Amino acid sequence: MSAEPQQLLAPDGTLHGDLPLPLGEISRLYRAMVVARVFDGKCSAMQRQGRLATYAPYEGQEAAQIGAASALEASDWLVASYRDAAAMALRGYPWSNLILGRTGDERGGHAPEGVRVLPPSITVGGHMIHAVGIAWAERLKGTDAVALTMFGDGATSEGDFHEAMNFAAVFATPTVFFCQNNGWAISLPTSRQTAAETIADKAVGYGMTGLVVDGNDVLAVHEAVRRAVSTARAGEGPTLIEALTYRIGPHTTTDDPGRYRDPAEVESWRERDPLRRVRRFLETQGAWDEDAQAAAEHDAGLEAEAAVAAAEMVAALDGDEIFSAMYAVPTIHLEEQRARLRRDGR
Amino acid sequence: MADLTVARALTDALDIALADPAVVLLGEDVGATGGVFRVSDGLREAHGPDRVIDTPVAESGIVGAAFGMAVAGMRPIAEIQFMGFSYPALDQVINHVGRVRNRSRHRFTAPLVIRIPYGAGIGAAEHHSESAEAIYTHIPGLKVVVPSTPHDAKGLLLAAVADDDPVIFLEPIRLYRAVRAEVPEGPFTVPIGAARLVVGGEDVTVVAYGAMVREAEAAAAELAASGTSVEVIDLRSLVPWDVEAVVESVRRTGRAVIVHEAPRTTGFGAEIVATIQEHALYSLRAPIERVTGWDTVVPLRRAEHHYVPTRAAIAAAVVRAMEG
Ligand SMILES: Cc1ncc(C[n+]2csc(CCOP(=O)(O)OP(=O)(O)O)c2C)c(N)n1
Repeated sequence: MSAEPQQLLAPDGTLHGDLPLPLGEISRLYRAMVVARVFDGKCSAMQRQGRLATYAPYEGQEAAQIGAASALEASDWLVASYRDAAAMALRGYPWSNLILGRTGDERGGHAPEGVRVLPPSITVGGHMIHAVGIAWAERLKGTDAVALTMFGDGATSEGDFHEAMNFAAVFATPTVFFCQNNGWAISLPTSRQTAAETIADKAVGYGMTGLVVDGNDVLAVHEAVRRAVSTARAGEGPTLIEALTYRIGPHTTTDDPGRYRDPAEVESWRERDPLRRVRRFLETQGAWDEDAQAAAEHDAGLEAEAAVAAAEMVAALDGDEIFSAMYAVPTIHLEEQRARLRRDGR
Repeated sequence: MADLTVARALTDALDIALADPAVVLLGEDVGATGGVFRVSDGLREAHGPDRVIDTPVAESGIVGAAFGMAVAGMRPIAEIQFMGFSYPALDQVINHVGRVRNRSRHRFTAPLVIRIPYGAGIGAAEHHSESAEAIYTHIPGLKVVVPSTPHDAKGLLLAAVADDDPVIFLEPIRLYRAVRAEVPEGPFTVPIGAARLVVGGEDVTVVAYGAMVREAEAAAAELAASGTSVEVIDLRSLVPWDVEAVVESVRRTGRAVIVHEAPRTTGFGAEIVATIQEHALYSLRAPIERVTGWDTVVPLRRAEHHYVPTRAAIAAAVVRAMEG
């Protein structure tokens, strides 16, 4: 069934087909991609300096994440994973929270009121069904909100993926399954996760629509997700979208990709850099230039500095606080343990 | 003899085990990368990709498939990346791995090993610091072992592979590279179910396992300086555990401190305390102390030090026990 991945912007920045968005909107998406890349570089550097715990870089996946997240409305939900900070930030999850979480602080998971984004899922595969339940609840409550879940190619191997897809299709929940197929799940290529030709093909078995999109083309991703979201919103059921992209960096900052993949493959994907093609397109339209680029990078740098400063200003949880969010009201056992820690230390 | 870390001792044991064609190692990233902790480093090259098998990301699949292989006469070693990712496989473990022998009255058995890195202390992300041994010790039909030295890592792993029943093999993450020791070359086993006397003593018995053994040992050394003689026992196996060694010790010392980093409530320490009072109540000169993690999720890096029991906490518990 596999067709060519849907594409609107060729790697050289040529547009095929109609403009899916006004130029101003496209500039906005591009700016968000610049911000995302700056943050990613900043986080990788901070991890090397010991200021973050492990970090999962998303360099190369900015178009997939920004394209998908930008197709949601404020009332829609995002249920994503550890590599999806760019998407989460675009949905209003503060960068300072994303950084705080990665320093090793639970409060990174506390999104501001009104931001419908769950903390990133660290377990692979368990979160997709949550987007089914959330979307289902919205329908039961009579709203038209949609839930989008992001996951990797590796996550489609977990049993929970099957259950999530099946529930969503059987109950026609307004859920969008957005798979970032970045070529690798730690050291395993996608071909070792599935014998199917594409991940999108899997949709067929659930009676769901599946499609493949060029994940490094922010316009194609945005357009595909926008359609899936409106189908879901209209009560016509879920969609599985496979965005073909590539993890340029290591799996996490503790991984050494030299052990399992050819650097030439990385280079070939750098040629298809998701930022470059939008920039080229905007430049040919007269909507972007060197000055705009310099300004965008400068602003992103300031934003990153401010978010890092805000995160690093937060004092670590004290001994009392590690007990305070396990239950609405701590049990007597926890109170006893808290008192013990206060009295004896650790 | 070779001077090895726990990680290298495990590599050595796996290499020896894989000489038997019935043994395979399967798990996520065990091949090309040698696993998250590089325990299977070089083994795919040595034994081939059909024997050191990189699986899709699917823990229930890994354990369920290993179970099937075991039923069919093989001796698979399944690797789970971190204890927090072993939970998707619990249905397989509880409903099938631990039961097939009884269900088939010995006709089918599941001699597999499930290797699981576990424990806190390295400031890892959520789910990467779990000590859920009590979940496994509560499942009938499984054996559960926890080495804390390079020697025992190798000997217990080879014993686990040779065992005719399923063994949950817990590898303390903090110890993979923290200690080096002389380990005999070639095959040898450490019996499952036998504790190890770490240091002898007369005043208090400290029972620990996994990463807590080193802390207990350090506490004992500190206390020795101030005149308290602490006996430290490394349990090494939780199911079955060496009741005799612990009870014999407590009968002599009259005092006991149990240490684990897992949450306190229904932790394995509770089992030890209950058993001691069954066998040695009248020898006790003080209430048994428990030094444990709290009934919380292990805090992330910045606050983890409030959670993991330290040598100071163990020493303080020993002092309380001495004061009776
Ligand atoms: C249940 C579970 N099993 C294993 C892991 C360890 N792990 C973390 S990421 C990962 C690979 C996931 O690959 P993929 O879904 O393709 O996402 P990517 O990391 O490439 O973004 C694995 C195996 C985990 N976090 N959760």
